[in-house]
Amino acid sequence: MRIGSKLRKIVGLVGASAISMIGLASCGSSSSASGTTTASATPATTVGFIMVGSRSDYGYNQAVYVASQTVAKDMSNVKVITADNIPENDSVTQTMQAMVNSGAKIIFATSYGYFPYAEKFAVSHPSITVLHQGGYLAGKFPPNFGTYWGEAFEPVSLGGMAAGSVTKSNKLGFVYAFPIPQTIQNIDAFELGALSVNPNAKTYVVNTSNWCDPLKQKEAATALLSQGVDVLTQHQDCQATVIGAAKAAGAYVVGYHYDASSLDPSGWLTGSVWNWAPVYTNIIKTVLSGHFAGSIYNTNWVGTFATNNNPLTLAPFGPAVTSTMSTKILAEEAKLKSGSSVFTGPIYCQDGSVLVPAGVTPTYAQINNFSCLVKGVVGTLPQS
Amino acid sequence: MNGIEQSLIGGVEGGTAILLPSLGELIGELSGVINLGTEGCMLAGALGAYAVAVTTGSALLGILGGIAAGAFFGLIHSYLSVYRKADQLASGLVVWFLALGLTSVFGTGYVNDSITPLTIISIPGLSKIPWIGPILFKHDILVYLSYALVVALVVILKKTRLGLLLRATGERPEVVGVAGNRPALVQLIAVTLGAGLAGIGGAQLSVGYVGNWFNDMTSGYGFIAVAVVLFASWKPARVMVGAYLFGVVLAASSVLQAHGIAVNQYLLDSLPYLATLIALIAVSKKGGSNAPEALTRALTDTT
Repeated sequence: MRIGSKLRKIVGLVGASAISMIGLASCGSSSSASGTTTASATPATTVGFIMVGSRSDYGYNQAVYVASQTVAKDMSNVKVITADNIPENDSVTQTMQAMVNSGAKIIFATSYGYFPYAEKFAVSHPSITVLHQGGYLAGKFPPNFGTYWGEAFEPVSLGGMAAGSVTKSNKLGFVYAFPIPQTIQNIDAFELGALSVNPNAKTYVVNTSNWCDPLKQKEAATALLSQGVDVLTQHQDCQATVIGAAKAAGAYVVGYHYDASSLDPSGWLTGSVWNWAPVYTNIIKTVLSGHFAGSIYNTNWVGTFATNNNPLTLAPFGPAVTSTMSTKILAEEAKLKSGSSVFTGPIYCQDGSVLVPAGVTPTYAQINNFSCLVKGVVGTLPQS
Repeated sequence: MNGIEQSLIGGVEGGTAILLPSLGELIGELSGVINLGTEGCMLAGALGAYAVAVTTGSALLGILGGIAAGAFFGLIHSYLSVYRKADQLASGLVVWFLALGLTSVFGTGYVNDSITPLTIISIPGLSKIPWIGPILFKHDILVYLSYALVVALVVILKKTRLGLLLRATGERPEVVGVAGNRPALVQLIAVTLGAGLAGIGGAQLSVGYVGNWFNDMTSGYGFIAVAVVLFASWKPARVMVGAYLFGVVLAASSVLQAHGIAVNQYLLDSLPYLATLIALIAVSKKGGSNAPEALTRALTDTT
């Protein structure tokens, strides 16, 4: 549980309203800076993007922000407004309402914890289309609500291959935030990727219970490095602290969310990088055409390598990845693109039980129900 | 290096980021003003230190930037609450939100910068002592500064007229006024100085242990610092214990996981709060709380 958000709940009304005011301040500033609309016959449609962290976090939120600005630039009939640093509590509802009040017709709620607020908001605002990034709705979809994501674990498993090939201690470190399905899939895929090139590779996991708490990230990275880990990767919103800790210790890094190779050019192996703009553009076009309800985006939309629309792509390789290795990784990428799966069985949980039976390829819904870490991962998911 | 030692080392490094703001809050509260804006002062200090470090290339100079930024917000809080008689709690929260907003606006440009953080100084001789050496004597300069501050505060509060003046202002400001001193000025200075220390706590994060700036990077540790002062019933040495307790638990949570040891992490996370709660119950059971009396009421005479 995040200390800051706890306290924000305590200060309640004051906190929520002040934070959404901050949100709107940045909303105002970015819309004036970037929401340029060319003069056209049809009035521009306003599209809002809400981010949980800073729009310049060298990570998850920066990727969202950069894509939103690409949309603003490329789509002349769209006006983009953004709000960042919006916590995953009722502040997001207030921010969505504020965006609607300033004319937004389409809202992208881009953090995992926004899900219940986004879905409720869609139900109570039938004229607004609400999209949630990374959530999964098992039940019936309201006609104006959808989730979208990519099979993040595909490039993550390729990053695992790079990590497994360079490690000397056979210990890889994974700093994650919360034990949510996306993260469990990523940890499992990372270890499976590493195992495919190095049968002795083990992934040590540490969680921080926060998407971006630099102090906890530093503690986590230090603990892993002292344990002998020589490649660090992460599922955090902001990357720089973990990369900095790896750099200081001479360890390697596999990035996530955003190409941060400039922070540690020699230690950077590769990473997974979001390219959201095509997805956002297609969704907005679908809404503008009036055919959103019943469309592929009115469900749990997932981009994959196989369908050539995975929003998460593989970052360029760093100098530590040999050409033999990069050829091998790119060959694996090509296999995934032609339809093979990261999670084809047999795959075993840490306790030896079968996660995926031999020869079986799980569906996306089944992958979303993965609740165990695979054999080779060291550490446990926090139990509540 | 084993897990316990690792937790203690991390506990001192991370705990220092809580200890410095706690000592600052202690000084302010002893003068009779609570500063809930400590989180904001810490955040401002983190950015101030980072901005100066980026500009000058020196993390050491950055510390001065941290002090200045923290003290600036402390000055706002003390002016509002002491001279304008604004509600202390409301004024503190306003300072927090103000700092959160301003650092988001001005800090965004610094996220992509990088700096060389404060160097780790091994004290000759002492750092070679098994166990104690690496835990206590192999840190950046702010950790040593915090040791010195704790000792100095104990001495000042117990042995000097200055300490007496500070405590008297926190207990009976009118008496201090009648004795010919200016209690409001004492409070203004105490709170501003305390906020400067909170700023150094922020610097310990941005240019020290972590070595990066992110918006809202203090993640609530400034509030923990305020809680630690209550936990420690306004005694500097106990403040040190409390801050390190939080630091060690924070580090231990990572270290235990890195060793693959299964713990109920949520329980672990709640331990320091549980300890604070028990400490508060114990303190109140004794009957006499150490809380400065003026904390509970407004200053009546600002002459």
